[in-house]
Amino acid sequence: MIKFKLNGKKVQGEEGQFILQVAEKYGVEIPTLCHHKALEPAGMCRLCTVELFDGRRTRFVTACNYPIWEGMEIRTDTDSVHEGRKLIVELLLARCPDVPIINELAVQYDLKEPRFKIRDDTCILCGLCTRICDKMGNSAIGLTGRGVDMKVDTPFQDQSEVCLGCGACISVCPTGHLKIEDIAKHTVKPIPSEYDAGLASRRPIYVPYAQAVPNTPAIDRSVCVHFKTGGCKICAEFCPVEAIDHSQQDEVVELDVGSIILAPGFEAFDPSRFDSYGYAKLPNVVTALEFERILSATGPYMGHLIRPSDKKEPKKIGWLQCVGSRDLNRCDNAYCSSVCCMYAIKQTVISREHSTEPLDCAVFYMDMRTHGKDFDKYYENAKKGGVRFVRSRIHSIDPVPGTDDISVRYIQEDGTIAAEIFDMFVLSVGLEINQDVADLSERIGIELDDYRFTQTDSFHPVATSVPGIYACGAFTGPKDIPQSVMEASASACAATEHLASARNTRTKILELPPERDVGEEPPKIGVFICNCGINIGGVVRVPEVATYAKTLPNVAYVEENLFSCSQDTQEKMTDIIKQKGLNRVVVAACTPKTHEPLFQETLINASLNKYLFEMANIRNHDSWVHSGDPDAATQKAKDLVRMAVAKTNLLTPLKQTDLAVTHSALVIGGGIAGMTAAVSLAHQGYPVDLVERSDTLGGNALLLGKTHKNEDVGSFVTELVKAVESQDLISMHTQTSISNVEGFVGNFKTELRNGESVKTVEHGVTIIATGAKEYKPDEYLYGEHPAVMTHLELDGLFQNNDPRIEQAKNVVFIQCVGSRDDQRPYCSKVCCTHSVKSALDFKQKNPDVNVSILFRDMRTYGKREDLYREARAAGVLFFTYSPDQKPEVRSDGDRVIVEFTDRILNHKLAVRADILCLASSIVSHWDHPLAQLFKVPLDSNGWLLEAHQKLRPVDFANDGIFMCGMAHYPKPIEESIAQAQAAAARASTVLALENIKVGGIVSDICAELCSGCLGCINVCPYGAITFDDQKFVAEVNAALCKGCGACAAVCPSEAPALMGFNNNQLYAQIKSALSI
Amino acid sequence: MKEDRFEPKIIAFMCNWCAYGAADLAGVSRLAYPPNIRPIRVMCSATISPHHILRAFQSGADGVLVGG
Repeated sequence: MIKFKLNGKKVQGEEGQFILQVAEKYGVEIPTLCHHKALEPAGMCRLCTVELFDGRRTRFVTACNYPIWEGMEIRTDTDSVHEGRKLIVELLLARCPDVPIINELAVQYDLKEPRFKIRDDTCILCGLCTRICDKMGNSAIGLTGRGVDMKVDTPFQDQSEVCLGCGACISVCPTGHLKIEDIAKHTVKPIPSEYDAGLASRRPIYVPYAQAVPNTPAIDRSVCVHFKTGGCKICAEFCPVEAIDHSQQDEVVELDVGSIILAPGFEAFDPSRFDSYGYAKLPNVVTALEFERILSATGPYMGHLIRPSDKKEPKKIGWLQCVGSRDLNRCDNAYCSSVCCMYAIKQTVISREHSTEPLDCAVFYMDMRTHGKDFDKYYENAKKGGVRFVRSRIHSIDPVPGTDDISVRYIQEDGTIAAEIFDMFVLSVGLEINQDVADLSERIGIELDDYRFTQTDSFHPVATSVPGIYACGAFTGPKDIPQSVMEASASACAATEHLASARNTRTKILELPPERDVGEEPPKIGVFICNCGINIGGVVRVPEVATYAKTLPNVAYVEENLFSCSQDTQEKMTDIIKQKGLNRVVVAACTPKTHEPLFQETLINASLNKYLFEMANIRNHDSWVHSGDPDAATQKAKDLVRMAVAKTNLLTPLKQTDLAVTHSALVIGGGIAGMTAAVSLAHQGYPVDLVERSDTLGGNALLLGKTHKNEDVGSFVTELVKAVESQDLISMHTQTSISNVEGFVGNFKTELRNGESVKTVEHGVTIIATGAKEYKPDEYLYGEHPAVMTHLELDGLFQNNDPRIEQAKNVVFIQCVGSRDDQRPYCSKVCCTHSVKSALDFKQKNPDVNVSILFRDMRTYGKREDLYREARAAGVLFFTYSPDQKPEVRSDGDRVIVEFTDRILNHKLAVRADILCLASSIVSHWDHPLAQLFKVPLDSNGWLLEAHQKLRPVDFANDGIFMCGMAHYPKPIEESIAQAQAAAARASTVLALENIKVGGIVSDICAELCSGCLGCINVCPYGAITFDDQKFVAEVNAALCKGCGACAAVCPSEAPALMGFNNNQLYAQIKSALSI
Repeated sequence: MKEDRFEPKIIAFMCNWCAYGAADLAGVSRLAYPPNIRPIRVMCSATISPHHILRAFQSGADGVLVGG
């Protein structure tokens, strides 16, 4: 350590440091122009000149490159120092009169007009650019010429071929003298950010996005200068924990696994190959994925809806559907991408929410395919809200000359041509499989279809052609998030079914130290304050917060950490807690949402109860949002620490107890979904009680003919029933209903009733797969005329080889009978495909038959689109109708006359039909009693309501109960099976546990304070509170309580307390927050 | 908080599952906002009763935000 005097004060620095570095540490400002932390100091600009007294005489030295020595005396603000600097600035000002940074310095030194000859240069010859270029390992520029002719230039003043366009020179130039196009021969483009779909740029070392897992930066070797020249490595020099290692190599890791799941996802279709849409040329024509980023709060424009060309708010936006989908003419994607209609509608709705002015949104579509749960309602609401939906296929998107606007011409439904001008146009691009994924599939030998999706059959939706390899998500066919999540769980189920015997064979048991009883001890709080690198420390003055924390009541220890969450700090923290005998801990760092479990683990390792812990969020809620105001941020950090300490003083240890899990399942419903779930669970090794209300297994599938892939449903059901019957672990209960349910996750007791006999089964989980039924229409002469029938009835004719099938000359299908109306405002999802498939079956039996399908939107989503195309090729006629102009049916002997208006010809047509098939909707069984017994909700259409429509599509909000099949929503067989496998997988996450943890942050009712008013029971959303008639008090079942604290808020006597968040703790936080 | 002009003190009760996470995301997105709120994490906004709100005002809060 070297000691010397700086402006009269004693300071110290380390051997080898320069004056500037030490001055910076002590907050003494010295102006610089040619200095950069990443570069060796050069002393070029002389602006950092300071006065050195060596004991005998005074002289001037440059602070940036003069090494410190013991006993020296430095003055940075004497008159002669200022005079010297003033002269340098005056000279620079004469050389570069228009450079902002020099002008600022001139103002500081009170210089108006330099005394020297004015020139018009912008370079101050500081040499930063040439030095950094050298550091990049790439001397593309240098200082050329001598004396007054010296300048920064490339060899021979030509644009440089060796310049990599890294931009380091531009980034360090203090005056803005350099232009990359003067230096680099090739065009330099920013590195497009993948996350922002190329709308923003990123650096060569980057975190892909804020929520990325793992959330550590990665170096993109393809663009990092170091990997091109061997130079730079500045990141490694700057990293305070020396985490960057450029010498790391790719390694091949061999894993020994029992099965493989492929979830490689999709790639959005690239529309730049279509000239007519102008995507490559017109900046305001964007893909839906780009538009998604524009709308996102974390996107390139921070969620502000503006168009890329001029950053103006658009007033009119158009969407074009089916770009790269349902298209065999200009690309090979004949399939429907399934998700684009819905995402386009969502984008219209969100755009209108984001827009400050009324926004005109128009969606140009062929068929609006909103076949998912609640999607049709969303579509209708968007229409009501004023979004325009135009059934038209736009040929080309053109620029409006002289503007950035976009013009389109299209044919309206009445045949007239319209032209419109839009500010922006969004291309609803489809989903496709990446070439890399196709290559991977070839390497591992799984079969793909013509579109590169996996070749799967309807009955094994996640199985690839290779046993033991499963696939999920868009790889098995285009699909949305809920279906992808279901398939993800389904493939986990399929993969583990065959690995059941290996379960827990490689598990390591974690040994935890015994918990120390701190009950009688007075609070002794340790406060650990994290700098989070520079994330917190760069804004909040952490040492000041630490000093402050020491003054707070019962704080026994305070420490600053660079990264509190790092492995070594965790170990150190454990030791300190033990050494200092701390019994409560506050960590002031980031958010408890991500880091609480980690620090709680540290407490456990230090023998403390994990609930004796509190976090003060001084990063996400402070330094990151108040970076412009370090004073206020530091004050807020102190307040947050004080609030956390106030609460921590009142924290008590909370107990979690183990409850044994009953390792068996109850599956309700013996259709395809229920049977699949039962068989899957039995394969996992768990006993299953399978309950069916009728006398046979099979459900609706018993009435179905073929799947859309032409697989025979009947023979599959027979096999599945056999599999159920031959499984020893499955107990079948037909003609059985549920009469009572008690218990909770891991410990249910359910009463099964078969006539008079009642049996109680104990089970750990429940799967509800009660199915749905076909709607019996009350229109179009259904039930009155023998030629009119539903799909299931028509399938019956096909299965029985009824002569009417082959004899029929005219067949008509009417779609959406009982679906998408006011009474049932949902799409039944399967009927379009069913009708098209049946139409083709008719054509196969008798090619001369005339088949007409009257529809509203043809919803043959995904690969089903192939059938639709096939049907048109086979001569099946398709006519659209609107709900306000429904077809009319009247009897004509054995036949019926179907009259409808063709909307293209705008003419009434009539068909004398031998068979009229009504594509009637699928309706709920409205199982209210069952739903009430399990305390699970039904939505307004009678479908079971999942915990989260996208992310938890088979779970209920209540733990331990899962759903699958059509009781959730109408769906085809492959989706029912995938959901059933998903439910089995989710159920096995409970069944695989020996015990479940109960307690922790749950409500606890103080019996002495309870007056038995039942208020808490009424507000508890989880049915976790019961009333004890004997004691006349309410009691909480900790296994059902989710810790929301609603009971605590509603109780007039404050009898319930939410443990870990009780009123006294909250009051202490409130009081402490406002105590200054 | 600066003394020269009125700066309100706001107590923000934030549900762990939504508003608190939203405030976290505001941080992740570096969305700057005035430093006047003092957040208190709760497990659900349902746990906030009028008592908590009144207590905040009694203790000197100028505003209370319940985010849930």
